[in-house]
Amino acid sequence: MPFSMRKSPLALAGILLVAIILGFVMLPAIVVTITAFNDKAILAFPPQSYSWRWFARALSYGDFQKGFWNGLIVTAWASTIALIVGSGFALALHRYAFSLKSTLEAVLLSPLVIPHFTIGLGLLILSAQLTVGRGFPLVVLAHVILVLPFVLRSVFISLQNLDGRLELAASSLGASPRRVLFTVTLPLLVPGLVSGWLFAAILSFNEFTATLFVSNQATQTLPVAMYNYVREYADPTLAALSVIYIVVTALLLTLANLFFGLGKILNVDAH
Amino acid sequence: MLTRTDIATPTSLPAEKPVVQLDGVTKRFGEAIALHEAWLKIVPGEFMTLLGPSGCGKTTLLNLIAGFLDADGGEIFIDGILVTETPAHKREIGIVFQNYALFPHMTVANNIAYGLKTRGIGADEIKRRVDEALALVKLDGFGDRKPRQLSGGQQQRVALARALVIRPKVLLLDEPFSALDKNLRASMQIELKEIQQRLGVTTIFVTHDQGEALSMSDRIAVMSAGRIRQIAAPQDIYRRPQDRFVASFIGDANVLKGKLSAVTDAVAQVTVGSLSVEVPAAPLAGLAAGADVDLFVRPEHLVPVDGDGGPAAPSLAGTVRTQVFQGGHVDLYIDLGEHAAQPVLLRSSAALAPSKWQTGDVVRVRPVSADLVAFPKQDG
Repeated sequence: MPFSMRKSPLALAGILLVAIILGFVMLPAIVVTITAFNDKAILAFPPQSYSWRWFARALSYGDFQKGFWNGLIVTAWASTIALIVGSGFALALHRYAFSLKSTLEAVLLSPLVIPHFTIGLGLLILSAQLTVGRGFPLVVLAHVILVLPFVLRSVFISLQNLDGRLELAASSLGASPRRVLFTVTLPLLVPGLVSGWLFAAILSFNEFTATLFVSNQATQTLPVAMYNYVREYADPTLAALSVIYIVVTALLLTLANLFFGLGKILNVDAH
Repeated sequence: MLTRTDIATPTSLPAEKPVVQLDGVTKRFGEAIALHEAWLKIVPGEFMTLLGPSGCGKTTLLNLIAGFLDADGGEIFIDGILVTETPAHKREIGIVFQNYALFPHMTVANNIAYGLKTRGIGADEIKRRVDEALALVKLDGFGDRKPRQLSGGQQQRVALARALVIRPKVLLLDEPFSALDKNLRASMQIELKEIQQRLGVTTIFVTHDQGEALSMSDRIAVMSAGRIRQIAAPQDIYRRPQDRFVASFIGDANVLKGKLSAVTDAVAQVTVGSLSVEVPAAPLAGLAAGADVDLFVRPEHLVPVDGDGGPAAPSLAGTVRTQVFQGGHVDLYIDLGEHAAQPVLLRSSAALAPSKWQTGDVVRVRPVSADLVAFPKQDG
């Protein structure tokens, strides 16, 4: 039988506390959402009059459109490359014992502790030295480095949850190691691979700091375009864009949950 | 003394070409020896059980036969072919794991078909053999289900069907019943044994459960601490254990303190108090008359001597310590004083015991069996 909360003063105070905490968590989103509907060309709260026009501007502004497509290109490439490379490393780290294994693991996970601007700056200096242009390959490379640890962890955890006896059973039934990999190991890793890719994609699409260093006008992603916009204008366009961001992300997650189950995608469920 | 030749060629072994043969197979994990020079021959159609406590090396031995582990020494033959270096997927072995290891992303039919597909068998033939295998394990019509939609017993049947459908040279069973509840376990044991006999498939069964081993096996290899202690038919293992570990691991045994009084080639005389019994001489080799020995007596071989019958037969006096009602019978624990370190266990019919003996009563008991064994006295 579930624990029933009686309406004692203490219980009410508890509910109030939780409500306040949740309010603080939601506060930025709420303020931004309301601001987005401000009729005036200033970032003021609360607005005096309301309008949809900043949404129209956010959607039609050239740099944002370009940044959105750039972001999609970079995200698709970076997450996919990171998934392939990360899966390979995760498999190697999980299956085989070799010298310098812990060093390899530390290096692969190091982007977690190295600041993003350091990675951006480092790549910028390197590309200047090697006279490599700041094109898409450089941005993608930066993103691969940044999201690799997340993919690696996600796949590694899936591998740990995989019962090794399934692979033994498959090989006893006559399957070559290659066949075991493609018919048993990989199909069972799919939730881990999907969640790894999704993590990578979300991180990559939202990444700003390192991208600021390695992108140029032609390759800037949406967050960089937003930063450049706010340096010139102080109207509610960005607030409107933020609302679009929130709605689209929520919509995508709802769909993902509907079709796959969020627990599975985020790898919360072990099985 | 148990020697290598005793193990390699037990007298009960039929003179057939072995399906599985291990010649001195050794496995080490780092410094620890998991399996010490195992010698074993398994004949066609035989149901061989590897029995021992956890950590005795039985699963290591199974994994070596399956090809999941590489031996550090010795040779393994399957069907007369040297397979020591052969990878698992080329050994043609069927295996059923404790947790069944069914592929969760495949239907029951695809699980069973897996081994047939790897062999490149045509779709029609696969369908026919899968249906046949499903019928064999009484799961007709379950082909489209996923493993998680099945009960534990049904999952086990699928695992068995998957292993048998490839017509393996050997069927390996790794503690397949330990995840089932007691009633289901008993019926699955009978069913497995029936299927095994009907197909005549050579089977190696790993278990720590002596009841399972005794009831299902043609022969049992009792293992402990990485060594095979004895290989024999269940009755022989129970009646004539060759070493102390086997005697105490299989069945219940009362240990009486005895003295070796005389030894001939085959038979030794052991005395306990006024009793004198004959035991096989082999386990006592090397001991001189007068040496302390431990006499092993099964509970069912120990009987009370009726007071009215007179002290015609020699017997030992003891005091009833405890009576434990077990339903069909009563366990009587009797303190034999200087003749046994622990109270001995005697089984009496339930109708008789509670009224006949009270705790504290003095009773006289004596062993009645030709199957007594003695081993050199063990300290502690």
